[in-house]
Amino acid sequence: MKFRSVFDIIGPVMIGPSSSHTAGAARIGRVARNLFDREPKWAHISFYGSFAKTYKGHGTDVAIVGGLLDFDTFDERIKESLEIARKKKMKITFREEEAVPEHPNTAKILVGDDDGELELVGISIGGGKIEIVELNGFKLRLSGHNPAILVVHDDRFGAIASVSNILAKHQINIGQMEVSRKGKGKMALMTIEVDQNLEDRVIDEIAALPDITQVARIVD
Amino acid sequence: MFRNVAELIELAEAKQKRISTLMIEQEMEVTGRSREQIIHQMGVNLDVMEQAVEKGLQGVQSVSGLTGGDAVLLQNYIKSGNFLSGELLLDAVSKAVATNEVNAAMGTICATPTAGSAGVVPGTLFALQNKLKPNREQKIAFLFTAGAFGFVVANNASISGAAGGCQAEVGSAAGMAAAAIVEMAGGTPAQSAEAMAITLKNMLGLVCDPVAGLVEVPCVKRNAMGAANAMVAADMALAGITSRIPCDEVIDAMYKIGQTMPSALRETAQGGLAATPTGRELEAKIFGLPLNKK
Repeated sequence: MKFRSVFDIIGPVMIGPSSSHTAGAARIGRVARNLFDREPKWAHISFYGSFAKTYKGHGTDVAIVGGLLDFDTFDERIKESLEIARKKKMKITFREEEAVPEHPNTAKILVGDDDGELELVGISIGGGKIEIVELNGFKLRLSGHNPAILVVHDDRFGAIASVSNILAKHQINIGQMEVSRKGKGKMALMTIEVDQNLEDRVIDEIAALPDITQVARIVD
Repeated sequence: MFRNVAELIELAEAKQKRISTLMIEQEMEVTGRSREQIIHQMGVNLDVMEQAVEKGLQGVQSVSGLTGGDAVLLQNYIKSGNFLSGELLLDAVSKAVATNEVNAAMGTICATPTAGSAGVVPGTLFALQNKLKPNREQKIAFLFTAGAFGFVVANNASISGAAGGCQAEVGSAAGMAAAAIVEMAGGTPAQSAEAMAITLKNMLGLVCDPVAGLVEVPCVKRNAMGAANAMVAADMALAGITSRIPCDEVIDAMYKIGQTMPSALRETAQGGLAATPTGRELEAKIFGLPLNKK
């Protein structure tokens, strides 16, 4: 089941006009921001499908930048996000892509600063709910049924064991787990679906481990 | 966990519980949160809905200028006393319009189930205020019941206009509202399911063809008709009328119709009203050039 909570249906509280094009877009932007773990200096945003066709009128551009600024779906500052980004000297570009995506509402965000870059592809599946389908070129196969975390790490001995140890310590059951890497010893990604929502302190504990670069929640 | 309407009704009848109660219990089970937390959060959503209706009834205008002010016109018309259909019905319609005008104007709303269809559930709920005199707890229950039916639609079909046309948005919202109205009016869970089926049947095939790609035309007026449809279907179900096609099969038909719909009619602004000469003219006026010619 893609939708698990009644608040996926009655909610979110948000700034109009479109839950897919504004609330969902804001959430995709915010996941990028959370995974990047800091405010990016620049962002290249590509819109596909319905996003590409209608983003201007829906304020999808405004919403996605609001997410990059760490605004929630109901944050009234979303309306002024482009102006706020400009004042912060965040450089933003938008592209309308011709490619036909698998899902009609797809956005690709590449963010970065002097210290690094991150690229993700998100889809907005309706009612403000989103899925992240690609991260730094890694295809994600999240079922979307359960809360999940993404852990970007260096491919080293024991990195996976140390993360699962922390989850075990907090009595958190792993439902599904996938590990992939760019190459031996290079950047790697753990996608972990768990049975219950993770508290901040668990996330912080994982993030503090050696060889772990970023940790982010995907489904609330 | 209930997966479809049949299971939901069976559960309600077996346990002798209201649908709203079952939805709250499932939410507790899935999220591990307490009853109080869950009810509190729904209360916050209720407050947002009420504020949006109030704001819309004072009169708002969207940035594009395409929508705004119609909720006020309807309220004035009701006050004149010279209306033809029922007062409660028109009140529901005006409050649905009010919410969606606020949405189009980039105001704060609660997506129910989406932003484009956010007017129907609150429109009918607040219109019933004088007639049924619900307390806060009952209003919150209304939202949980609507949510339970929306939950089934979202998981078995779609609530996205881009995926399934407007039948998936305003259609789902209207069905959800109809089911909730029935419960608030004292109907049985089975009657809620009938109301949902009757409503959704009459929204099937509804295309998503927003002029200039904006959630304004025809969205605001479709919320109005969604609210009216829900009120009438709820009355029909309360009168004992049943749907010959079971609710789950209607939801399934909605899903398949959505998949069969060409993409031009699924929120791309390439067909339907968006592609009419006036639709194209408005689009050019707002964006300089029609979206399909850029």
